[in-house]
Amino acid sequence: MKMKGLTRREFIKYSLAGAGFAIALTITPNGYRILKAEEAEADSRFHPNLWISIAEDGRVTIIINKSEMGQGVSTALPMTAADELDANWRLVSFVEAPAGPEYRDPVMGLQLTGGSSSVKDMYKPFRMAGAAARTMLISAAARTWSVPEGECEAVSGTVRQAKTGRVLTYGELVKKASALPVPQKPALKKTSQFTFIGRPLARLDIPDKVNGAAVFGMDISVPGMLYAGIARPPAYGAKPLSYNREAALKSPGVVKVFPVPHGIAVVADGIEDVWKAIRALNVKWDKGASPELDNKTLRKSFIEGLDKRGPVALDRGDAAKAFLPGAAHVRIEAAYMLPYLAHVTMEPMDCTAHVRQDRCDIWVPTQNQTGVLQSAARITGLQTDRIHVHTTYLGGGFGRRGDFGYATEAVQISKLAGAPVKLIWSRPEDIKYDTFRPGQSCRIEGAVDSGGRLISWSHKVVVPSIFEHFAPQMMKGGIDPAAVSGIVDMDYEIPNLHVEWVKLENPIPIGFWRSVGNSHNGFTIESFMDELAHAANRDPVEFRLAQLVKKRHLPAMRLIETAAEKAGWGKPPKKGQAMGIAYHFSFGTRVAQVAEVSVDEKKGSITVHKVVCAIDCGPVAVNPSILTAQATGGIIMGLSAALGERIDFKNGGTITSNFYNYRELRISHAPEIEVHILKNQKTMGGVGEPPLPPIAPAVANAVFAATGKRIRNLPLEPELKGRL
Amino acid sequence: MISLKVNGKTYRVDVPPGRMLLWVIREKLGLTGTKFGCGMAQCGACTVHVNGRAVRSCVTPVSSVLGKEIVTIEGIPKDHPVKQAWIAEQVPQCGYCQPGQIMQATALLASNPAPTEADIVKAMNGNLCRCGTYPYIKRAILRASRRMR
Repeated sequence: MKMKGLTRREFIKYSLAGAGFAIALTITPNGYRILKAEEAEADSRFHPNLWISIAEDGRVTIIINKSEMGQGVSTALPMTAADELDANWRLVSFVEAPAGPEYRDPVMGLQLTGGSSSVKDMYKPFRMAGAAARTMLISAAARTWSVPEGECEAVSGTVRQAKTGRVLTYGELVKKASALPVPQKPALKKTSQFTFIGRPLARLDIPDKVNGAAVFGMDISVPGMLYAGIARPPAYGAKPLSYNREAALKSPGVVKVFPVPHGIAVVADGIEDVWKAIRALNVKWDKGASPELDNKTLRKSFIEGLDKRGPVALDRGDAAKAFLPGAAHVRIEAAYMLPYLAHVTMEPMDCTAHVRQDRCDIWVPTQNQTGVLQSAARITGLQTDRIHVHTTYLGGGFGRRGDFGYATEAVQISKLAGAPVKLIWSRPEDIKYDTFRPGQSCRIEGAVDSGGRLISWSHKVVVPSIFEHFAPQMMKGGIDPAAVSGIVDMDYEIPNLHVEWVKLENPIPIGFWRSVGNSHNGFTIESFMDELAHAANRDPVEFRLAQLVKKRHLPAMRLIETAAEKAGWGKPPKKGQAMGIAYHFSFGTRVAQVAEVSVDEKKGSITVHKVVCAIDCGPVAVNPSILTAQATGGIIMGLSAALGERIDFKNGGTITSNFYNYRELRISHAPEIEVHILKNQKTMGGVGEPPLPPIAPAVANAVFAATGKRIRNLPLEPELKGRL
Repeated sequence: MISLKVNGKTYRVDVPPGRMLLWVIREKLGLTGTKFGCGMAQCGACTVHVNGRAVRSCVTPVSSVLGKEIVTIEGIPKDHPVKQAWIAEQVPQCGYCQPGQIMQATALLASNPAPTEADIVKAMNGNLCRCGTYPYIKRAILRASRRMR
């Protein structure tokens, strides 16, 4: 289904070969402009950012500018274009776009897959490209038959004249269509006219993935390729004091050994040769930037942070006044703490690079083509049009591959080695040198009036800044939006809301982890909502609904009602079981979940039997089957983190190293999951991340319902065991 | 030079005897469907069959499988009920762990054509999936089992 990535020039050649027909669509300051491939090539002022090509045999190829990391974008985006095109789905395939400014996301301005935005941002451009091509094919058929266009209609890869029953296939029409002018404002379909959008079509990438034929970064092989690895320090910022270069060079298969910014690189014939030589190197490291860093000092810094002051992200009404004695019926406060988390994509970090004098090729499973391209340009000194980024399948992303450090390393090593090189990180490297989901602590104060209405919420978040380093232009008034996401935009009606951020500084590398700040703020908000409900002697579902009383709250209200009803909320629970509910809004999408849980208090173990999820990502669910899979996956990843995941620190570095000490959820602990899709929201939201945040609080709230024990620190099971 | 029988074909390769089967399959034979995940039999991404049993190729020295029948994901026919069930249930997301999952599942069904859910969990618990496809894997194995009975 998938070819290796093409350069723009190669694609134009490919799409024009055999007089095929290709549609490009550029994004200009005045909106979209649609043009043909020839025009795009001739007129360099326009930057085509996506393409549809139809060959004379009728095959349709969609070029996608988003990375396929499991989220189904390589099916969802082709569906949107193919629907407007009225293509024959069996003839549709996709290719990954090369890296270049023309393939940037129109909203982000970067060629990047993240923020649950792919379908949301690309929905209209892809539909327009499809509609333009359809319009031209209909016009080509009408001209062939010398009949009015109005008598012709596009049906499944053909144009038909209903009156006569005449049919021409798209393949037969491409020559004529490619000579026609491109409509700039093609008519888009009404929702009722969709043929693919909204249907659970089978994914295009699955057959290759089932047969072992899908090519991930790990699977790239180029002629003359060598393997590379890096000896890395145990402590952050540590420098090598000594190492035995001679011993490593004598190790079998070793070609080169040289220092690189993050350690000592070894280049050899095979990856096991690399790893053996790294052991032979026997590097002695200094103590690094902060040798005192360990679990205890880290915990202390998070606790101390709670008493510091920081910039105010939101100050609505007068939260402090509502906490004065006598002002509220119920007033409580609580502090929560969450650990650092690893992404542990099943495919560890890897990248293949081939740097030559006048050209650089990079085969990489990346979420950030723009970052890879710019980094390679800095290292090689080449213009970006000499750098060819070939995006492979990603063996998991979850935000990890928005960072491109591993690609930078591969380019550095290939340049110094003078050969094509595949850099592979071992699993311990992948965990120890991950860009973690930052740990977080927070203190929340809340007040409820005698009618059960929230009147005040004050929330102080202590968390390091992700954006400050990754994308400083995203900092808003000195506030990292990730630190307070989910809090400042809570759906609940709260007249007095104060949100403050205390930035924690330490040398631990951090980054984007599925749902980012919502992964911790969703837990603390929804745990505290549960605490407030119980303090006010209200049912947790009723209490939430009482804060969602305005018209704009309807989608949230319906989701909570649906999740509760489908889960049988309020009915007598099964023996030994209890339910917990949570709701969260993130990335434009609303999600409610009810978890059915039992707790073995003697063992300190938690079993999640079933999760009922209700999700609303707007009026269109492009592919409900993919949406359900994303919800399922988000719930399982969030549950995994909630129950057992935690990175441990010691002597200035990370001591967690592999799956035996990073406790990832296995099939034995996967609950039954039921997903209900609602469509009350007016705007389109994302799908990859929003299902994750509610699961941890839903489970913690169920544990409270089952045992009366409120667990405010994650992960849950070690906390529960610690209280035995 | 050693001789290896993989997917019914005999290969002669020049590797040290201590080299792990995973890297011989991937680097020397170019069969990249078998994946590297952890290097210490913790995740199951590298699962292949040796004489019909599911083994972790990342900790299997090549010297220990000489003369044995090795089967990788590429050696399971496309119309095998397990592969067909994986497609019918739309199991994979990122897909990286799935060759290992499929090899584990085919070995399970070969020895136990009608597994209970508990049997499935027991057999599949060594295979990690970060995308969280576990409920789909259970359904696919049950579907394949119905077809194989």
